[in-house]
Amino acid sequence: MTDVTVLTRHEMARRVAQDIPEGWYVNLGIGIPTMVADCIPDGREVLLHSENGILGMGAAPAPDQINPWLINAGKQHVTLRQGGAFFHHADSFAMIRGGHIDLCVLGAFEVAENGDIANWATSAADAAPAVGGAMDLAVGAKRIWVVTEHTTKQGAPKLVERCAYPLTALGAVSRIYTNLAVIDVTREGFVVLEMVPGLTLEALQAQTGAALRLKDKQDV
Amino acid sequence: MIDKIVGDIAAALDGVRDGSTILVGGFGAVGQPDALIEGLIEQGARDLTVVANNAGAGLVGLAKLLAAGRVRKIICSFPRSAGSVVFEELFKAGRLELEIVPQGTLAERIRAAGAGVGAFYTPTAYGTKLADGKESRMIAGRNHVLEFALPGDVALVEAWRADRWGNCVFRESGRNFNPVMATAAGLTVVQTQHVAALGDLDPEAIVTPGIFVQRVVHVPYGDPRG
Repeated sequence: MTDVTVLTRHEMARRVAQDIPEGWYVNLGIGIPTMVADCIPDGREVLLHSENGILGMGAAPAPDQINPWLINAGKQHVTLRQGGAFFHHADSFAMIRGGHIDLCVLGAFEVAENGDIANWATSAADAAPAVGGAMDLAVGAKRIWVVTEHTTKQGAPKLVERCAYPLTALGAVSRIYTNLAVIDVTREGFVVLEMVPGLTLEALQAQTGAALRLKDKQDV
Repeated sequence: MIDKIVGDIAAALDGVRDGSTILVGGFGAVGQPDALIEGLIEQGARDLTVVANNAGAGLVGLAKLLAAGRVRKIICSFPRSAGSVVFEELFKAGRLELEIVPQGTLAERIRAAGAGVGAFYTPTAYGTKLADGKESRMIAGRNHVLEFALPGDVALVEAWRADRWGNCVFRESGRNFNPVMATAAGLTVVQTQHVAALGDLDPEAIVTPGIFVQRVVHVPYGDPRG
């Protein structure tokens, strides 16, 4: 097991970016999802959406090129690509809720085998959690992919049978990218599409809180 | 002659009453009408309910109004952010009520208020604790939650350019909640970086038509701070 190649956060972002085809309208959540923006291959036209009214976000600016009027939903400075557009918040969430966004990539505290996601509050007792646009995105985008470490820092599984943390949305997630594997969420539960080199299904299962099965050829 | 431009912040905020609901534009520091928010401190209104995406950061704008003890309740989607220390302290001390609303539901509740729609059903938050106690209904095979319009007594807006009829354009991501909130209050006050002569704003590009605006005050505030 010492030879397992665990992905870094940047490599996880790059792995997600590989699977985003040209032409998709994509919203990226805070954390590793934001890093996906810088991993989309040059020349592939993917249009990035930000909740605060931007379509066509570009990469982070050089330090001497910062425009204080142009921030993303994580309040970081960004750039605008040629062809980009600004709009107000109600229109922005019409894009989200109305099913116009092809993909939203979110971080998560937990994802359940039925696609439930918990990513906004770490306990029911947290009286001032920050939900932001997560609940709207989770129900509105055409597909939700989660990118997250496979376990918590303490080693507890984040892929579980049922979420213990307060839910963001029911049955929303269709795919999970972790530092160990790419996993689809299906009606039959978690299906492993790929694992990092050196990892066995048994070892992955030991770090997962719900049953895994390998994708077999008939699933294709 | 219609002239909605007033001479100073005091005139812009004249008559704001205790207990008002104040819609505050901005997302983070960008597009936040800080001069008007801080003007409320001098104006004196108390017991306010503030509707804003964030709960202020640092010690300027909304954070300053909170610190002055003028706000009873805040309705927002994302209270905690880098530097939201004033909010954290007041909330922990039990001196500030908080209503958390998903960001898209917040925008749509305000939009509905401006559009004369009393309530609407949305799939957002169904099955979560933010839907606790709310009516729900299956529509087209999907569960929805009933959400009510959220009007303001006052909307505070920051524009990039505005004219004496109240027509406004915004700047880049400074647009955000501003045009939506402008539609949803009895008194919409615009703090504008530049005053345009009537006719100088391209009619094809006006984002907020002046019908939604009651007062305009020229505040060459400069770039967002924070």
